[in-house]
Order: sequence, then structure tokens, then C-alpha cells
Amino acid sequence: MKAVLLGAQRFEPTLGRAVADLGVEGPIATVTAGWQEREDEDEELDAHLGGRTINLRLHRRAEDVFARHAWLREAHRARQERLRLCQDFYRIRLDHALEAARVIDRRAAPPELLEEERESSIATVRAIDEHHLRLCRQVHEEFEHRHGERVREATAAHRAELEALVRDCGAVAIAGGHVASLLNRLRLFDVASLLGERPLFAWSGGAMVVTDRVVLFHDSPPHGSAAPQILDAGLGLVRGVVVLPAPEMRLRLDDAERMSLYARRFAPAVCLVLPRCSRITWDDGLWLDARGILRLRTSGRAVPLGPPA
Amino acid sequence: MSERLAIHRLMAEGPPSHERIEAFLRTHAFPIVEGPSVTFVYRGEADAVHLRHWIYGLESSQPLSRWNGSDLWWLTLELPEGSRVEYKLEVWRGGQARWIEDPLNPNRARDPFGANSVAQGHGYVVPEWTFHDATARPGRLEGFTFDSAALGARRGGQIYLPARFRPTRRYPLLVVHDGSDYLRYAGMKVVLDNLIHRLEIPALIAVFTDSPDRLREYAACEAHGRYLTEELLPWLESRFPLTGRPQDRCLMGASFGAVASLATAYRHPGVWGRLLLQSGSFAFTDIGRRNHRGPLFDPVVEFVNEFRRHPSACAERVFVSCGVYESLIYENRSLVPLLDATGMEVRFVEARDGHNWENWRDRLREALSWLFPGPLWMVYE
Repeated sequence: MKAVLLGAQRFEPTLGRAVADLGVEGPIATVTAGWQEREDEDEELDAHLGGRTINLRLHRRAEDVFARHAWLREAHRARQERLRLCQDFYRIRLDHALEAARVIDRRAAPPELLEEERESSIATVRAIDEHHLRLCRQVHEEFEHRHGERVREATAAHRAELEALVRDCGAVAIAGGHVASLLNRLRLFDVASLLGERPLFAWSGGAMVVTDRVVLFHDSPPHGSAAPQILDAGLGLVRGVVVLPAPEMRLRLDDAERMSLYARRFAPAVCLVLPRCSRITWDDGLWLDARGILRLRTSGRAVPLGPPA
Repeated sequence: MSERLAIHRLMAEGPPSHERIEAFLRTHAFPIVEGPSVTFVYRGEADAVHLRHWIYGLESSQPLSRWNGSDLWWLTLELPEGSRVEYKLEVWRGGQARWIEDPLNPNRARDPFGANSVAQGHGYVVPEWTFHDATARPGRLEGFTFDSAALGARRGGQIYLPARFRPTRRYPLLVVHDGSDYLRYAGMKVVLDNLIHRLEIPALIAVFTDSPDRLREYAACEAHGRYLTEELLPWLESRFPLTGRPQDRCLMGASFGAVASLATAYRHPGVWGRLLLQSGSFAFTDIGRRNHRGPLFDPVVEFVNEFRRHPSACAERVFVSCGVYESLIYENRSLVPLLDATGMEVRFVEARDGHNWENWRDRLREALSWLFPGPLWMVYE
């Protein structure tokens, strides 16, 4: 499996060069379901890739399936509602654990004791993360158990069309956008199973959803501050990393304490920061060709991986 | 230090003259903000000039000094960073006083009583998200009227539908007390358009309600709570695609509107999951029943005393804001620990501002994005 993860493409697209560097031939299947109702507004993307894209239109297909199968729409809505509640409870636990960690961190105590306490704080946060992921997995398993067969029947026609579309493509490209929506559509049509040996290109939210864990983050949200949260397991096509795109807007890279927390909390996964124009290639477990990528260290430093973009 | 202020330099450079005063007025913006020092200036014939402001904790009337027999009057105040102060000038002449807006200051804030001049202290900037943004798709306002059995009268207001409104989607609901004033004086339609456009809040439906008798109906009046919860809410849910979940329903208001919001949620637990309480008039007593604020507050005092005796988690999230220059800061600070102790998620924000619409406007982004986090958290393009 070869996957190229890229930074945001909106202002300075570099996808075309990455595609050319891999020598991809033929049409490129695109997924813009993260753009939701604007899924079809992909003219710029198509032009950037030389007019050879085939949009899989997963958002529209999902709407079609929901319109034809009211039970599935309801089941899907109920599952999302449950996940949303899990997310809310998770966030509450997380906020309190992080607040406790912050308070402990500021106490005067012998350094070795404080270090131990810091480790305990991280362990608590990681346990909360794990618990949340377990609950999410449970929700998906229950959904699969109750509805899996019927979902496959309901989506079979679209699946067949998708298979035919992807068959002629030299690569698949997944754009960013609303990560929950994107992840749902990719799962609904089991797009991962269509990839075969084709290279995958994914940027921003698209890069997030192809990893093992989708981590939501924004260090300067409009309401003050917020802790990064795991949304759910990702597709797991690229493993052992947490992808953090758009650091220009979302990350306080100069806040070593905060960056260190990212690195320690999500270890052993590597926190990869994807600035604009950056890219990195995953090739069956090996990381190659990093350009402009930053890696968060437990010291809180963001160190370059490879040459600048 | 004070020698460095512009007004002191003017006075130190020689006696007053028409030309020097003209040049001074021409070359400065007023009031003059120099770090924490804010100098108010008035030019005109008068027997006395006073600064009238609404900063709780300072004398509400402060005399300006006349410069050496000239027609130039001035007063320097120290204002903490980020302060925003609304004021008028009181000009005395021939035994008569007139309250006027500062002729030298173009900044005005409007409210139902007219307009005030605004001193923007060092570090205060009008938030950019309050200005019209041509790239933000506008939502639309539709009028509505409603016959309320609870109130025995017709009520109306405006309903905000977000840009790209789709009947097939489901939306959170925000009910705004003193809705017309929020639209007119806090620019709330533009704020909603902008915050939705920036993904900081979700696309939502807002209902701007009004009352012809707010001091009675908003003073923890049970009938008003029934109107909102048992009449207006079902009516809205039957006509608009609302999610129908408590966590997607917010009541908000300022001053008495905040009291109405809290009282309604308190009496209808489990219905309204979000509260936005701005400068709430949460008067209470520790002994006796009459608060110093007078009889209009009697029903408020009764309700707040009841809430203080038996606080309950009537919502999930409560955002409370108050200006530190308003007397209600005491009541609001007193309320927050009570709300917090119930297990509700509470966020309290203070601002160096007073009891006015622009203070309430300036807190909307932080409040709404915390109560209704938008897809910004989910969208990575």
C-alpha cells in the first residue's frame, strides 16, 4: 500500500506534482465527500489534475441510499446520535483529566515525584482515549451486527458502480473537509476495499481519515481553548501516525508544553504536522520522501522530517 | 509621566489661543487614548462640563477642567487595558444642564434610549467578526406572530433562517429575548451570518422574540416560561426542521432577558439544554425580601432567592457574561458558583465594559461557539 499524505491544497496545490512524481497514469478517482453538499464543486481540483478526475460522488450516493431506504437513514442517524453522545461524555472526562494534570503540574514538589505524577496524568488521559475508542468500536460492531447485511444489499448497486469506476483509475485521491461525514461515506461504501494496489493521495481531513485514529484539534478555537479529541478510529490504511494538518491555523507550535502533550499522549504513534505544501509517502510501513513535514517530539519541539517543501 | 500626555503638552507650551486650540483639535482623535490614560475634551461656552458615564465603582459624574479661561475643557481618566466605556457629556449653561453626545468623538453606540459616545480604551478593538463580510452568505429574517394563550396576547418577532437553509436538514434552535434590540443594537444577524460562514457555529435557526412589557414578563414570570416552552417551542418544531434535542435548544438574553432565560429553563428542566445569560439582573437578598434595586425587581428577587436555595441542573451548558463596570457584576459573580455546583458546564466571562448592547455583542462569538461548537472542529480543508 502506497499512500501520499499532503498538507492543505486550497491555496497552493501540490497534489499534481505528487501524482506526477509517482508516475500515475490514467484517470484518478476522487473523493470529495468531505465537502458535503458542495461535493460536486470540484472544477479546480479537476483542472489541477489535468481534467482526468472521476469523482466518486460518495455524498450524493449516500443521500440516494438514505432516500431509498428510510430504515437505513434512521439507523444511521441513531448511530451518529449515539456516537455524538459518546463524544460529549468523552470530552467532559477529558477536560477534567487535563485540568487535573494542569493543576498537579503546577504544584511544588520534588522533581522526581512531579515527573511520576506527570506520567500518571498522561496515562489517565490515554486511558480515557482508549475507552472512547472502545466505545466507538462497540457502536460500529453493534451496527454491523444488526444492519451489516442489509446495508450491503442497500448499497450493492452503488458499490458495483464504484468498483467499475475505480477499476480504470490509476490512483485514488481523497480530499479533506468534514472528517466525520467523509469517514462515514468511505465506510458506508467500503471504499478501502476498492483501492487494490493503486496509490492513494490524501490531504488535510482526507489524510486524517486514512490513519488509525482521527484526532480533532484546534489550539485557538473561538471559545478560548480546547483539548484535542479522538473522533473515532480511521480507516487504518496508514498506521502509527496522528496527522495534524493546517498547523498555520490550528496549532500553537511555539507552545512546547502543549506540543509535548500531543507527542506523549498519542505515542507510540508519531504526530506528523502537515503544513501547506508538505507531503510524505507511506510505502508499506516505510516513510519516504518527506518534504516540509514536522514531527512533534516529546520535548515539545516540532522538528523537520526531510527537506523543506 | 503625565507631562507626556497631549493635553499637558498643549498647556505647557503657552497660554490658550484660538489658533492653538484649533490646531490641537485638528491633530488629535478624541478622546485621546495614550496608554491607560484617556483624555476627554469638550470645546464650547459653558459654566461647567461633566463626564457622565456608567462605570460602576467610579463617580458617575466627573467634572472636566477648563483650560485657563478658554472654551476648552478636559478630563483625564485612567482606564484599564481593553476597556470600553459609554458616556455622555453634561454641559451646564445658565443654570440648565444638557446631556450631549461627545461632538469630537465619532464613535457611537445605539440603544433603545438613543445613543452614547464610546471611549475605546487602549487595547480595545471592535471585533472584526461583527462587521459585514461580503464573502459570508447572508441568512434571512422572516416575521412571525403568535397568539399565546399563556400570555393572553399576540406575540411576534423574527425568525432567522441560515444561508443555504434546507428543509431536509435539522437545525439547532436559539431563542433570543429582546430579539429586535439584539438585531438592531448588537448586529446579531451579521454576527450569525459571519460565525456560520466561518464554521464557528453550526447553521442554526434563531428566533428573535420581543415583549411589549419586558419588565414584567421577563421578571421570572411563569406565564412567559409557559409561552416559550409549551407554546412557541412546539409551534416552531412543527414548522421548522429542528433537531428537537435539549442540547440543541438555547435560550438567551441580557439583563432581564437573562433572568427570563434562566427562570424558563429552571421551571422546565430537560427542555432547554443551553443558556446564554448576559449581564443578568440576578438580584437577590440574603435577608429580607426587598432588594435595594426597588419593587420592579421583587419577582426577580423571589425567583433568584428560590434558585439560590434550590439550585438545579436545569440545562447542560451555561455561558454567563457580565461587564466589570456594571453593578450587576456582584450578582453574576455570585451566581456562577451556584450554577457550577449543580454539575452543569459553566463558562463565565467578564469584560471591561458596562451594561450595554455592544458589550453583549462582543461576547457573542465566544459564547455561541462554546454553546454550539461549529463544524470548524470537524472541517479540515
